[in-house]
Amino acid sequence: MELFFNPFDNLVCILLGISFTVWFTLLLVFIIVPAIFGVSFGIRRLYMKTLLKVFEWATLRIERGAKEKNHLLYKPYSNAIIAKEPTSLEEEIKEIRRSGSNKDLDSATEFELSDIFYFARRGVESIMDDEVTKRFSAEELESWNLLTRSNYNFHYISLRLTVLWGLGLLIRYGFLLPLRVTLAFTGVGLLVFLTSVVGLLPNGRMKNFLSEKVHLMCYRICVRALTAIITYHDSENKPKNGGICVANHTSPIDVIILASDGCYAMVGQIHGGLMGVIQRSMVKACPHIWFERSEVKDRHLVAKRLSDHVEDKSKLPILIFPEGTCINNTSVMMFKKGSFEIGATVYPVAIKYDPRFGDAFWNSSKFGMVSYLLRMMSSWAIVCSVWYLPPMSREEGEDAVQFANRVKAAIARQGGLVDLLWDGGLKRAKVKDTFKEEQQKLYSKMLVDGLIQSWAPLTD
Amino acid sequence: MGSSSSSRNKIPNAQELMDQTGFSSAHLLRLYDRFECLDRDNRGYLSPDDFEAVGGLAMNPIGGRIIDAFFSSGQDTVDFSSFVRILAHFRPTDRNRNKEGTQQELPNSRTRKLKFAFQLYDLDRDGKISREELLQVLRAMLGLQVTEEQLQSIAERAIQEADLDKDDAISFDEFKKSLEKVDIDTKMSIGFLK
Repeated sequence: MELFFNPFDNLVCILLGISFTVWFTLLLVFIIVPAIFGVSFGIRRLYMKTLLKVFEWATLRIERGAKEKNHLLYKPYSNAIIAKEPTSLEEEIKEIRRSGSNKDLDSATEFELSDIFYFARRGVESIMDDEVTKRFSAEELESWNLLTRSNYNFHYISLRLTVLWGLGLLIRYGFLLPLRVTLAFTGVGLLVFLTSVVGLLPNGRMKNFLSEKVHLMCYRICVRALTAIITYHDSENKPKNGGICVANHTSPIDVIILASDGCYAMVGQIHGGLMGVIQRSMVKACPHIWFERSEVKDRHLVAKRLSDHVEDKSKLPILIFPEGTCINNTSVMMFKKGSFEIGATVYPVAIKYDPRFGDAFWNSSKFGMVSYLLRMMSSWAIVCSVWYLPPMSREEGEDAVQFANRVKAAIARQGGLVDLLWDGGLKRAKVKDTFKEEQQKLYSKMLVDGLIQSWAPLTD
Repeated sequence: MGSSSSSRNKIPNAQELMDQTGFSSAHLLRLYDRFECLDRDNRGYLSPDDFEAVGGLAMNPIGGRIIDAFFSSGQDTVDFSSFVRILAHFRPTDRNRNKEGTQQELPNSRTRKLKFAFQLYDLDRDGKISREELLQVLRAMLGLQVTEEQLQSIAERAIQEADLDKDDAISFDEFKKSLEKVDIDTKMSIGFLK
């Protein structure tokens, strides 16, 4: 009689079975169970400290290597190529003219051919380096974090460093990535399944309680799926029911980070595919605000739904990202005023990512969602800080735009980000003509004053 | 690994560009990064709408003309070496260059800078700034803030002062002469960080 399995195959099967069980148990004990209860073993923080030490060592090696070869390192300390002087139009043009003529400048502010130099220079400066475009490319780092994607000094890497890098590659892609992908699937799957189950219950206290637990648990699993190490500050200011939570936007992960510490009602457009499935099942368990594509354009409809939700005190606080687009986490751009017109209490939240471990910024023109998530999951970790700021309300005599700017300033200050007036939409759309008019006004003011002066004798 | 790091090897003709423009390799790398950043669709060249997306340029009254300066040879795309060559006009003049040198004239010499500015005025590239062209530039820089008469009188005065051979247009030599005392080096140079 033939044996179907020879002993060797049998052994392999047993080994596989054992390792799979062990792995799965470890997963369960160290990751999923703590996620359910919101407890942390502190493994991730230890991991973070170790990584930092390794990065420091790596950077020192590179610098040493460069010094040996006597080359200048391409130092990405700042995003600037050029030094811009903050002089005004008037000062500059007077300067240009002063050097070009012997006339008494204060009275002869008339047009000179050299005036164009000012505009030409400013224009070319902005081609090389402008405030807006640079916010939409990833921030540059000082130390190297063993990811090829953020290194510019290849030629100075020694053998030891290459080995370390190779090891890092192996760990990240061979161990961490599969682990994280599994966790991600688990988290998302559980979310869809459990929210649908909770959705079957009748509305009431029990349902809300369970839905809260379910959401928190699944988001915590997702947080571990990204190895996100988050520090929450000032939790006493956490958003309450009937309020609107606003935060600065760097990537889609912001949602997961905030939602793993509190329950929010999400706002967004209904997507198709997997996202749509998740959205539809989430809304069964507790009321989120999803819009059809056609409804998004109708601002009144959007405002009405938001204010209806906010008035019902039993519903969760709304989570909104007023910038409207992802910014690279070095600055905060103009907030769209829609959410500030509703009149509810606003709870600002500042999110700041630590770029040393992995760049969390989603450059949507460069990477699609899936490749972005893969990049995130093959980075070392995502470390960030979340600050809950004290609630703000619109004051007497303040309009929505001023209120929005006030909130934006508070968020920028807390997160250590630059507060910009520019509209994030500039990434795609063209600048409004009002800015150009400003420049024209300034220049013409200079000239016209001069003109009037020179005409004065004629009218006598 | 999907890395997006740039290295000298990625820039075509790097050494040649460095010699012809005077940029150091570190500057060239930075400019290449900037080029890639402006080239949003990753096509390897820039077109006018890539420039128009730059906020600071769109609000510049002569932004359109500056963009034209990049596309002067009639093409509608700019590759990296042309991009750098134009930007090289704005490098500060190197004071300690060998004056007798047989080296070719760098883009940031005084004459070349003046030529660049001249071309911002001279739209049809016929070598002269006509009254019409001057009016157009003035209109661009002043917008709707001045009346037609004011504009005419400004242009009239400017031509009278600069036009030496009285042909009602400003040639390049006349342009150079009228600006001979202006410190072109500082005013048409951008401070590059080391």
